[in-house]
Amino acid sequence: MIEFRNVSYTSEDGNDIIKDVSFKFSERFVVITGPNGSGKSTVARLIAGIIKPTSGRIFIDDKDITDLSVTERAQEGISYGFQQPVRFKGLTVKDLLSLASGQKLTTAEACTLLSKVGLCARDYVGREANASLSGGELKRIEIAMIMARNTRISVFDEPEAGIDLWSFNNLINVFKELHENTQGTIIIISHQERILKLADRIIVIANGVVTADGEGSKLYKEIQTPGCVYYRKGE
Amino acid sequence: MPFKGLDAEQIDLLKAITGRTEFDEGSAYNLRLNGQGVARSVTENINIVPKTDAPGIDIYIKAGTKNETVHIPVLLSQSGLKETVFNDFHIGDDAVVTIVAGCGINNHGHGDSEHSGIHSFYIGKNAKVKYVEKHYGVGNAGKKVMNPTTYCELGEGSYMEMDTVQISGVDDTSRKTTAVVGRDAKIVVKEKILTDGDQKARTEFSVDLNGENSGAHLVSRSVAKENSSQLFVSDIRGNAPSNGHSECDAIVMDNGRVVAEPRLSANNIDAALIHEAAIGKIAGEQIIKLMTLGLTEKEAEEQIINGFLK
Repeated sequence: MIEFRNVSYTSEDGNDIIKDVSFKFSERFVVITGPNGSGKSTVARLIAGIIKPTSGRIFIDDKDITDLSVTERAQEGISYGFQQPVRFKGLTVKDLLSLASGQKLTTAEACTLLSKVGLCARDYVGREANASLSGGELKRIEIAMIMARNTRISVFDEPEAGIDLWSFNNLINVFKELHENTQGTIIIISHQERILKLADRIIVIANGVVTADGEGSKLYKEIQTPGCVYYRKGE
Repeated sequence: MPFKGLDAEQIDLLKAITGRTEFDEGSAYNLRLNGQGVARSVTENINIVPKTDAPGIDIYIKAGTKNETVHIPVLLSQSGLKETVFNDFHIGDDAVVTIVAGCGINNHGHGDSEHSGIHSFYIGKNAKVKYVEKHYGVGNAGKKVMNPTTYCELGEGSYMEMDTVQISGVDDTSRKTTAVVGRDAKIVVKEKILTDGDQKARTEFSVDLNGENSGAHLVSRSVAKENSSQLFVSDIRGNAPSNGHSECDAIVMDNGRVVAEPRLSANNIDAALIHEAAIGKIAGEQIIKLMTLGLTEKEAEEQIINGFLK
């Protein structure tokens, strides 16, 4: 269960990005959506501990994690997939997957993980995770890293950003499989209709506040309405 | 077989620079310890002859030699010893050979220990040479200084790859590598350096691409920690239709400093020369990414550096 209790976040330049947000959920597949610049990614970063709330508290399974570092939260079982995957000179794809899984993986084990995200594994295992890989390839490797961690909470920040249609179709299948076969909670920050369709629960954030929060299948239909009021409520 | 007469520290040094404590029976090697050649073995294709007019050896690789390896490690465990050694490599046409050099200094005394290796490579037509060199120092009292100078003459169609590593304990180094590259020949240099404390490292590459379709590819990856400093100088001259590329990637930490001075000279209309340099601290997002995998900040930093210098 994840709970935000009156969480606010003000950026260093004084902008109120998240304003007194509260929600609590225990569903296994939650999508946080909303217009660009609404504060969705900030919520993801707050969960991972990359930024700390200006005020309010964050709980996981009733444990207050607000003051825990990024490392401590990761060790508590939170995974975070970056919107823009990070590139590393020297570290190979296999190195990163090994670090993610917490053990030195064999080539076969790394290949299995990469295959799940649609990468022809043998071609990638030994490659450096650097600029020689495309944004879409890195994105899929990022998702494979989270799968390798197999933690109780996995947060994906706009996993569809920067990947082609074929990869997106593949990504949807990956999330379906994760939904069906993992016991943890998956939180996805996304605008994508096909990802929203998978949600057990949807939270809409607009202008830094929660404007709608409810069962996925119900809220999904309302969001599809042209000029959806939830996208404008926070204004 | 294990070398007789080496003490435990010397064996550790040997292992640090070659990854082994003994060499295969029947293989070629020359071990230099504290200014003296103490063990030598030659093969039918590889002959090692001590110089008579200067410290050092001549190494002759017969034409057509295939996939043989010669080890020529240097160990200094006598504090205050300073030596300049001249090693010449004569590589016959069509030979394919790996040369593993390297120097380890164990200086527990207060005198400065210094090894200057002057290496000259004369590489025959279509020969392929891989040269591996690792420098390593240990001991906290006197300085450990290494100044390798390498001259390479690449004959038509030949290929040379130099892998040089200096990752620990060398207080001061000045590395100069000069290459003259002939027709259809190519030199590839991969250098890795880590400095810390007050260490200083200077590397200079000077390459003349003289032959038609000659090439050079120089890659330096380095990390400067604490108060250490590094200077990377590369000078590639395309004197014929040729391709030259140099790349300097450096991470600076603490008060570390790195200067890159690239120079490219296109002296022929068909010379294509490129230089890339990227110097900076570890990107914060790289550390955060690894922390999201459960690593501490320090562990993340170590992983990034180890990967960078791998």
